[in-house]
Amino acid sequence: MAELEAETTTGMQRTRPLSPHLQIYRPMLTMMMSIVHRLTGSALYFGMLLLAWWLIAAASGPNAYANVEWFMGSLVGQLILFGYTWALLHHMLGGIRHLIWDTIHGFEPAERELLTLATLIGSIALTLILWVVGYLVMGGPR
Amino acid sequence: MTVSQPMHTPLRRVRGLGSARSGTSHFWYQRVTSVAGIPLTAGLLVIITALLGRSHAAVVQILGSPIVAIVMLLFIINTAHHMWIGMQEIILDYVHDDRWKLLSLMANTFFVFGVSLASIYAILKLSFGV
Repeated sequence: MAELEAETTTGMQRTRPLSPHLQIYRPMLTMMMSIVHRLTGSALYFGMLLLAWWLIAAASGPNAYANVEWFMGSLVGQLILFGYTWALLHHMLGGIRHLIWDTIHGFEPAERELLTLATLIGSIALTLILWVVGYLVMGGPR
Repeated sequence: MTVSQPMHTPLRRVRGLGSARSGTSHFWYQRVTSVAGIPLTAGLLVIITALLGRSHAAVVQILGSPIVAIVMLLFIINTAHHMWIGMQEIILDYVHDDRWKLLSLMANTFFVFGVSLASIYAILKLSFGV
């Protein structure tokens, strides 16, 4: 106690031992996908502003709607929408993976790797399919 | 032998509160909203894809039609609950300073209510055409 007080009065910092955290582990797919699940969730959280903007513009009138269409059709808008599509599908598939895990299934090493890989590949594939359909069938945004 | 001392902290005695028996409610509702979110997200994607490139008048008509509006409303209400729990969990994990924690927890609620209510209002306006 005296030692601690002495250190406090001299203003010295005692380097305390820290418990091991994320950085000591070898990055694994399941771990990365866990982080990505949270990141996509956060991105989707703020992305709800886009949905709100689109709906409010549609309710406001042709001029407001034209502004949204112009932004969504621009390069930046398209990149955001593409990222948003992937984040949404990845978060959804990741959520299904977690729901499977909630039933105490799929925890064997090979199974959890497979589920995690399926989430990643599935989300990329679905995003591409959706955008191909969007552009080829629906003609994309105008 | 003395009467066993229950695990009541002084704070608990002061407040006169025991367990609210709601410790797992957020866990549960995060699952409920994620299950509901699967078909609703599929519905949202179908609706948005179907509206690509259409004129404002057509978009207004389709978004205001009952089935589409109901799916959109369900998606927004369900997502609002889901994102509120999710962001609260993130805040509680990473924000340790009490002031910032309380402020960000409040901001989370304000954001979710603001964004979802604005979206709901827009859909209702499109539906009832006032």
